[in-house]
Amino acid sequence: MAQVVVVTSGKGGVGKTTTTAALGAALAQEGQRVAVVDFDVGLRNLDLVLGAERRVVYDLIYVSQGNVKLSQALIRDKRLENLYLLAASQTRDKDALTDEGVEKVMGELRSTFDWVICDSPAGIERGATLAMRHADVAVVVTNPEVSSVRDSDRIVGLLDAKTDKAARGERMEKHLLLTRYDPVRAGRGDMLNVDDVIDILSLPLLGIIPESEEVLRASNLGSPVTISTPKSAPARAYSDAAQRLMGMDVPMAFPSDRSGLFSKLFGRKAA
Amino acid sequence: MRWFMPFRRRKSASVARDRLQILLTHERGADGQSDLIPILREEVLAAVAKHVSVDVDKVQVKIERGKAVSLLEIDIELPCDPESAKRRQRAPQATRPQRLAVSQAH
Repeated sequence: MAQVVVVTSGKGGVGKTTTTAALGAALAQEGQRVAVVDFDVGLRNLDLVLGAERRVVYDLIYVSQGNVKLSQALIRDKRLENLYLLAASQTRDKDALTDEGVEKVMGELRSTFDWVICDSPAGIERGATLAMRHADVAVVVTNPEVSSVRDSDRIVGLLDAKTDKAARGERMEKHLLLTRYDPVRAGRGDMLNVDDVIDILSLPLLGIIPESEEVLRASNLGSPVTISTPKSAPARAYSDAAQRLMGMDVPMAFPSDRSGLFSKLFGRKAA
Repeated sequence: MRWFMPFRRRKSASVARDRLQILLTHERGADGQSDLIPILREEVLAAVAKHVSVDVDKVQVKIERGKAVSLLEIDIELPCDPESAKRRQRAPQATRPQRLAVSQAH
Protein backbone atom coordinates (compact mmCIF):
# COMPACT_ATOMS: atom_id res chain seq x y z
CA MET A 1 0.00 0.00 0.00
CA ALA A 2 1.54 3.23 -1.13
CA GLN A 3 2.14 6.46 0.69
CA VAL A 4 0.60 9.22 -1.40
CA VAL A 5 2.60 12.46 -1.31
CA VAL A 6 1.43 15.76 -2.76
CA VAL A 7 4.09 18.27 -3.73
CA THR A 8 2.40 21.63 -3.50
CA SER A 9 3.12 25.33 -2.91
CA GLY A 10 0.38 27.66 -4.05
CA LYS A 11 2.85 29.88 -5.85
CA GLY A 12 4.21 28.91 -9.24
CA GLY A 13 7.86 28.61 -10.14
CA VAL A 14 9.13 27.65 -6.69
CA GLY A 15 10.25 24.16 -7.73
CA LYS A 16 7.32 21.76 -7.38
CA THR A 17 8.04 19.86 -10.58
CA THR A 18 11.79 19.79 -9.97
CA THR A 19 11.11 18.52 -6.46
CA THR A 20 8.63 15.86 -7.61
CA ALA A 21 11.17 14.56 -10.11
CA ALA A 22 14.09 14.68 -7.68
CA LEU A 23 12.23 13.13 -4.72
CA GLY A 24 10.69 10.49 -6.98
CA ALA A 25 14.08 9.56 -8.40
CA ALA A 26 15.72 9.61 -4.96
CA LEU A 27 13.08 7.25 -3.54
CA ALA A 28 13.48 4.95 -6.57
CA GLN A 29 17.24 5.02 -6.01
CA GLU A 30 16.48 3.72 -2.51
CA GLY A 31 14.84 0.73 -4.14
CA GLN A 32 11.25 1.93 -3.64
CA ARG A 33 8.62 1.50 -6.36
CA VAL A 34 7.59 5.04 -7.25
CA ALA A 35 4.97 6.63 -9.49
CA VAL A 36 5.15 10.36 -10.14
CA VAL A 37 1.86 11.85 -11.32
CA ASP A 38 1.50 15.19 -13.08
CA PHE A 39 -1.74 16.97 -12.13
CA ASP A 40 -0.98 20.10 -14.10
CA VAL A 41 -3.48 19.55 -16.91
CA GLY A 42 -2.79 21.82 -19.86
CA LEU A 43 0.64 22.86 -18.59
CA ARG A 44 2.38 19.57 -18.03
CA ASN A 45 6.10 19.66 -17.47
CA LEU A 46 7.00 16.70 -15.31
CA ASP A 47 7.53 14.66 -18.50
CA LEU A 48 10.03 17.25 -19.72
CA VAL A 49 11.95 17.48 -16.46
CA LEU A 50 12.18 13.67 -16.42
CA GLY A 51 13.28 13.55 -20.07
CA ALA A 52 10.24 11.47 -21.10
CA GLU A 53 8.43 14.10 -23.20
CA ARG A 54 8.66 12.08 -26.41
CA ARG A 55 7.36 8.91 -24.82
CA VAL A 56 3.98 10.21 -23.62
CA VAL A 57 1.13 8.47 -25.45
CA TYR A 58 -1.63 8.23 -22.86
CA ASP A 59 -2.11 10.41 -19.82
CA LEU A 60 -3.94 10.78 -16.51
CA ILE A 61 -7.20 11.82 -18.20
CA TYR A 62 -7.26 8.78 -20.50
CA VAL A 63 -6.89 6.50 -17.49
CA SER A 64 -9.33 8.43 -15.31
CA GLN A 65 -12.00 8.19 -18.00
CA GLY A 66 -11.37 4.47 -18.37
CA ASN A 67 -10.23 4.74 -21.98
CA VAL A 68 -6.95 2.94 -21.36
CA LYS A 69 -5.52 0.80 -18.58
CA LEU A 70 -3.19 2.35 -16.04
CA SER A 71 -0.37 0.07 -17.23
CA GLN A 72 -0.70 1.47 -20.76
CA ALA A 73 -0.27 5.04 -19.58
CA LEU A 74 2.57 4.55 -17.09
CA ILE A 75 5.96 5.42 -18.57
CA ARG A 76 8.88 3.57 -17.08
CA ASP A 77 12.00 5.64 -16.55
CA LYS A 78 14.94 4.58 -18.72
CA ARG A 79 17.50 5.01 -15.96
CA LEU A 80 15.61 3.81 -12.89
CA GLU A 81 13.49 0.73 -13.40
CA ASN A 82 11.44 1.44 -10.24
CA LEU A 83 10.37 4.89 -11.37
CA TYR A 84 7.20 5.46 -13.39
CA LEU A 85 5.56 8.60 -14.76
CA LEU A 86 1.87 9.24 -15.30
CA ALA A 87 1.77 12.39 -17.41
CA ALA A 88 -0.90 15.09 -17.47
CA SER A 89 -2.78 15.92 -20.64
CA GLN A 90 -1.41 18.83 -22.60
CA THR A 91 -4.41 19.31 -24.89
CA ARG A 92 -7.47 18.47 -22.85
CA ASP A 93 -9.40 20.83 -20.65
CA LYS A 94 -8.73 20.53 -16.93
CA ASP A 95 -12.45 19.93 -16.36
CA ALA A 96 -12.02 16.55 -18.06
CA LEU A 97 -10.53 15.40 -14.75
CA THR A 98 -13.38 14.25 -12.50
CA ASP A 99 -13.29 13.52 -8.77
CA GLU A 100 -14.41 9.92 -9.37
CA GLY A 101 -11.89 9.40 -12.16
CA VAL A 102 -9.00 10.63 -10.01
CA GLU A 103 -10.16 8.51 -7.08
CA LYS A 104 -10.14 5.39 -9.26
CA VAL A 105 -6.62 6.08 -10.62
CA MET A 106 -5.23 6.88 -7.17
CA GLY A 107 -6.73 3.68 -5.78
CA GLU A 108 -5.00 1.65 -8.49
CA LEU A 109 -1.69 3.45 -8.05
CA ARG A 110 -1.86 2.95 -4.31
CA SER A 111 -2.12 -0.81 -4.66
CA THR A 112 0.73 -1.01 -7.20
CA PHE A 113 3.46 1.24 -5.76
CA ASP A 114 5.28 2.08 -2.54
CA TRP A 115 5.10 5.82 -3.23
CA VAL A 116 2.77 7.93 -5.36
CA ILE A 117 4.02 11.50 -5.73
CA CYS A 118 1.53 14.02 -7.07
CA ASP A 119 2.89 17.15 -8.71
CA SER A 120 0.30 19.84 -7.99
CA PRO A 121 -0.41 22.72 -10.34
CA ALA A 122 0.15 26.21 -8.96
CA GLY A 123 -2.80 28.08 -7.51
CA ILE A 124 -5.58 27.08 -5.15
CA GLU A 125 -8.14 26.10 -7.78
CA ARG A 126 -9.58 22.72 -8.55
CA GLY A 127 -6.41 21.25 -10.05
CA ALA A 128 -4.49 21.91 -6.85
CA THR A 129 -7.25 20.56 -4.60
CA LEU A 130 -7.59 17.44 -6.78
CA ALA A 131 -3.86 16.81 -6.49
CA MET A 132 -3.96 17.03 -2.68
CA ARG A 133 -7.30 15.28 -2.11
CA HIS A 134 -5.95 11.72 -1.71
CA ALA A 135 -2.60 12.56 -0.13
CA ASP A 136 -1.33 11.06 3.10
CA VAL A 137 1.62 13.44 3.28
CA ALA A 138 2.17 16.93 1.88
CA VAL A 139 5.49 18.44 0.90
CA VAL A 140 5.06 22.22 0.90
CA VAL A 141 7.71 23.69 -1.39
CA THR A 142 8.64 27.22 -0.34
CA ASN A 143 11.21 29.77 -1.45
CA PRO A 144 12.62 32.11 1.21
CA GLU A 145 10.63 34.99 -0.21
CA VAL A 146 7.50 36.80 1.05
CA SER A 147 5.03 35.86 -1.68
CA SER A 148 6.02 32.20 -1.61
CA VAL A 149 5.73 32.01 2.19
CA ARG A 150 2.33 33.65 2.14
CA ASP A 151 1.04 31.28 -0.55
CA SER A 152 2.44 28.27 1.32
CA ASP A 153 0.51 29.37 4.40
CA ARG A 154 -2.63 29.49 2.29
CA ILE A 155 -1.96 25.98 0.96
CA VAL A 156 -1.48 24.69 4.51
CA GLY A 157 -4.99 25.96 5.25
CA LEU A 158 -6.34 24.07 2.23
CA LEU A 159 -4.50 20.89 3.22
CA ASP A 160 -6.29 21.02 6.57
CA ALA A 161 -9.65 21.64 4.95
CA LYS A 162 -9.91 20.08 1.49
CA THR A 163 -8.28 16.68 1.73
CA ASP A 164 -9.87 13.29 2.36
CA LYS A 165 -7.68 12.93 5.41
CA ALA A 166 -9.01 16.19 6.86
CA ALA A 167 -12.58 15.14 6.02
CA ARG A 168 -12.04 11.95 8.04
CA GLY A 169 -10.96 14.13 10.96
CA GLU A 170 -7.34 12.98 10.70
CA ARG A 171 -4.34 15.23 10.83
CA MET A 172 -2.64 15.86 7.52
CA GLU A 173 1.10 15.27 7.75
CA LYS A 174 2.84 18.32 6.29
CA HIS A 175 6.51 19.02 5.68
CA LEU A 176 8.34 22.14 4.63
CA LEU A 177 10.89 21.88 1.83
CA LEU A 178 12.80 25.11 1.50
CA THR A 179 14.13 25.48 -2.04
CA ARG A 180 16.42 27.96 -3.81
CA TYR A 181 18.03 28.78 -0.49
CA ASP A 182 21.05 31.03 -0.70
CA PRO A 183 23.03 30.81 2.57
CA VAL A 184 25.16 33.83 1.64
CA ARG A 185 22.20 36.15 1.20
CA ALA A 186 20.43 34.70 4.25
CA GLY A 187 23.61 35.20 6.27
CA ARG A 188 23.74 38.84 5.19
CA GLY A 189 20.16 39.33 6.33
CA ASP A 190 18.96 39.95 2.78
CA MET A 191 16.93 36.75 2.56
CA LEU A 192 14.58 35.06 5.03
CA ASN A 193 16.62 32.38 6.79
CA VAL A 194 15.61 28.80 7.59
CA ASP A 195 14.43 29.63 11.11
CA ASP A 196 12.36 32.59 9.91
CA VAL A 197 10.41 30.40 7.48
CA ILE A 198 9.96 27.52 9.95
CA ASP A 199 8.80 30.03 12.56
CA ILE A 200 6.29 31.71 10.30
CA LEU A 201 4.82 28.55 8.76
CA SER A 202 5.14 26.29 11.85
CA LEU A 203 5.90 23.25 9.73
CA PRO A 204 8.53 20.58 10.36
CA LEU A 205 11.47 20.88 8.01
CA LEU A 206 11.97 18.10 5.46
CA GLY A 207 15.00 19.63 3.80
CA ILE A 208 16.81 22.68 2.52
CA ILE A 209 17.68 22.68 -1.16
CA PRO A 210 20.42 25.23 -1.83
CA GLU A 211 20.19 27.48 -4.85
CA SER A 212 22.42 25.78 -7.40
CA GLU A 213 23.14 25.83 -11.10
CA GLU A 214 23.00 22.03 -11.01
CA VAL A 215 19.21 22.18 -10.71
CA LEU A 216 18.80 24.10 -13.96
CA ARG A 217 21.40 21.94 -15.64
CA ALA A 218 19.49 18.84 -14.61
CA SER A 219 16.22 20.06 -16.09
CA ASN A 220 18.06 21.15 -19.26
CA LEU A 221 19.20 17.55 -19.57
CA GLY A 222 15.82 16.06 -18.66
CA SER A 223 17.30 14.23 -15.73
CA PRO A 224 16.43 14.61 -12.05
CA VAL A 225 19.34 16.20 -10.22
CA THR A 226 19.75 13.09 -8.02
CA ILE A 227 20.57 11.13 -11.20
CA SER A 228 22.52 13.72 -13.21
CA THR A 229 24.87 14.86 -10.44
CA PRO A 230 24.21 12.69 -7.38
CA LYS A 231 27.12 14.21 -5.45
CA SER A 232 26.04 17.83 -5.89
CA ALA A 233 24.66 19.77 -2.91
CA PRO A 234 21.04 19.90 -4.15
CA ALA A 235 21.10 16.18 -5.06
CA ARG A 236 22.34 15.26 -1.60
CA ALA A 237 19.72 17.51 -0.03
CA TYR A 238 16.97 15.81 -2.07
CA SER A 239 18.29 12.32 -1.24
CA ASP A 240 18.33 13.19 2.46
CA ALA A 241 14.79 14.56 2.21
CA ALA A 242 13.64 11.35 0.50
CA GLN A 243 15.19 9.27 3.29
CA ARG A 244 13.45 11.43 5.89
CA LEU A 245 10.15 10.79 4.09
CA MET A 246 10.91 7.07 4.45
CA GLY A 247 11.17 7.63 8.18
CA MET A 248 14.95 7.48 8.43
CA ASP A 249 16.68 9.74 10.89
CA VAL A 250 19.01 11.81 8.74
CA PRO A 251 20.75 14.81 10.31
CA MET A 252 19.86 18.08 8.61
CA ALA A 253 22.69 19.53 6.56
CA PHE A 254 22.45 23.30 6.68
CA PRO A 255 23.92 24.85 3.55
CA SER A 256 26.71 27.09 4.70
CA ASP A 257 28.50 30.02 3.25
CA ARG A 258 31.40 28.18 1.64
CA SER A 259 32.65 31.10 -0.42
CA GLY A 260 36.27 31.89 0.18
CA LEU A 261 37.84 35.12 1.26
CA PHE A 262 38.26 36.23 -2.34
CA SER A 263 34.59 35.96 -3.23
CA LYS A 264 33.59 37.53 0.09
CA LEU A 265 35.78 40.52 -0.56
CA PHE A 266 34.53 40.96 -4.09
CA GLY A 267 30.93 40.05 -3.41
CA ARG A 268 30.82 37.09 -5.79
CA LYS A 269 27.96 34.67 -5.47
CA ALA A 270 28.72 31.29 -3.92
CA ALA A 271 28.42 28.32 -6.24
CA MET B 1 30.73 48.83 0.27
CA ARG B 2 28.83 47.92 3.36
CA TRP B 3 31.70 48.38 5.79
CA PHE B 4 31.70 52.11 5.16
CA MET B 5 28.11 52.36 6.38
CA PRO B 6 27.98 50.88 9.88
CA PHE B 7 24.59 52.43 10.70
CA ARG B 8 22.82 51.01 7.72
CA ARG B 9 19.08 50.62 7.81
CA ARG B 10 17.41 47.45 9.12
CA LYS B 11 18.03 44.20 7.23
CA SER B 12 15.36 43.44 4.66
CA ALA B 13 14.88 39.84 5.83
CA SER B 14 13.79 40.99 9.28
CA VAL B 15 11.33 43.43 7.72
CA ALA B 16 10.00 40.56 5.60
CA ARG B 17 9.60 38.33 8.64
CA ASP B 18 7.66 40.93 10.62
CA ARG B 19 5.40 41.81 7.71
CA LEU B 20 4.59 38.15 7.09
CA GLN B 21 3.89 37.43 10.74
CA ILE B 22 1.37 40.23 10.98
CA LEU B 23 -0.22 39.50 7.61
CA LEU B 24 -0.58 35.76 8.15
CA THR B 25 -2.17 36.17 11.57
CA HIS B 26 -4.94 38.12 9.86
CA GLU B 27 -5.24 35.81 6.89
CA ARG B 28 -5.38 32.70 9.04
CA GLY B 29 -8.28 34.26 10.88
CA ALA B 30 -10.02 35.02 7.60
CA ASP B 31 -9.40 31.48 6.35
CA GLY B 32 -11.04 29.84 9.33
CA GLN B 33 -7.74 28.28 10.43
CA SER B 34 -8.08 30.16 13.65
CA ASP B 35 -11.40 31.52 14.80
CA LEU B 36 -9.90 33.42 17.70
CA ILE B 37 -10.10 36.90 16.24
CA PRO B 38 -13.72 36.79 15.01
CA ILE B 39 -14.84 35.12 18.27
CA LEU B 40 -13.04 37.66 20.43
CA ARG B 41 -14.41 40.45 18.34
CA GLU B 42 -17.96 39.24 18.72
CA GLU B 43 -17.76 38.55 22.45
CA VAL B 44 -15.95 41.76 23.34
CA LEU B 45 -18.43 43.67 21.29
CA ALA B 46 -21.35 41.98 23.06
CA ALA B 47 -19.86 42.73 26.49
CA VAL B 48 -19.24 46.38 25.68
CA ALA B 49 -22.59 46.79 23.97
CA LYS B 50 -24.37 45.83 27.21
CA HIS B 51 -23.24 49.11 28.68
CA VAL B 52 -22.47 51.42 25.81
CA SER B 53 -23.77 51.56 22.29
CA VAL B 54 -20.92 50.67 19.98
CA ASP B 55 -20.57 51.01 16.27
CA VAL B 56 -19.62 47.56 14.91
CA ASP B 57 -17.32 49.11 12.33
CA LYS B 58 -15.37 50.92 15.04
CA VAL B 59 -14.07 47.74 16.66
CA GLN B 60 -10.70 46.33 15.64
CA VAL B 61 -9.07 43.21 17.03
CA LYS B 62 -5.44 42.46 16.26
CA ILE B 63 -2.97 39.88 17.47
CA GLU B 64 0.75 40.30 16.96
CA ARG B 65 2.69 37.17 17.76
CA GLY B 66 6.18 37.59 19.11
CA LYS B 67 8.64 35.00 20.35
CA ALA B 68 8.01 35.45 24.10
CA VAL B 69 4.98 37.72 24.23
CA SER B 70 1.98 38.16 21.99
CA LEU B 71 0.08 41.39 21.90
CA LEU B 72 -3.67 41.29 21.72
CA GLU B 73 -4.93 44.70 20.75
CA ILE B 74 -8.60 45.53 20.94
CA ASP B 75 -9.46 48.93 19.62
CA ILE B 76 -12.95 50.15 20.31
CA GLU B 77 -14.07 53.60 19.50
CA LEU B 78 -16.57 54.65 22.15
CA PRO B 79 -18.83 57.64 22.20
CA CYS B 80 -18.11 59.88 25.25
CA ASP B 81 -21.11 58.74 27.29
CA PRO B 82 -24.37 56.83 26.73
CA GLU B 83 -26.35 60.06 26.49
CA SER B 84 -24.19 61.43 23.73
CA ALA B 85 -24.48 58.07 21.99
CA LYS B 86 -28.22 58.49 21.89
CA ARG B 87 -27.83 62.00 20.63
CA ARG B 88 -25.39 60.75 18.02
CA GLN B 89 -27.96 58.34 16.64
CA ARG B 90 -30.28 61.24 16.04
CA ALA B 91 -27.74 63.72 14.80
CA PRO B 92 -24.20 62.61 14.17
CA GLN B 93 -21.62 64.78 15.89
CA ALA B 94 -17.95 64.51 16.73
CA THR B 95 -17.12 62.07 19.49
CA ARG B 96 -13.78 61.52 21.10
CA PRO B 97 -12.60 57.95 20.63
CA GLN B 98 -11.40 56.04 23.66
CA ARG B 99 -9.02 53.16 23.36
CA LEU B 100 -8.90 49.93 25.26
CA ALA B 101 -5.67 48.05 24.88
CA VAL B 102 -5.12 44.67 26.44
CA SER B 103 -1.81 42.89 26.35
CA GLN B 104 -1.40 39.24 27.03
CA ALA B 105 1.71 37.26 27.83
CA HIS B 106 2.05 33.54 27.23
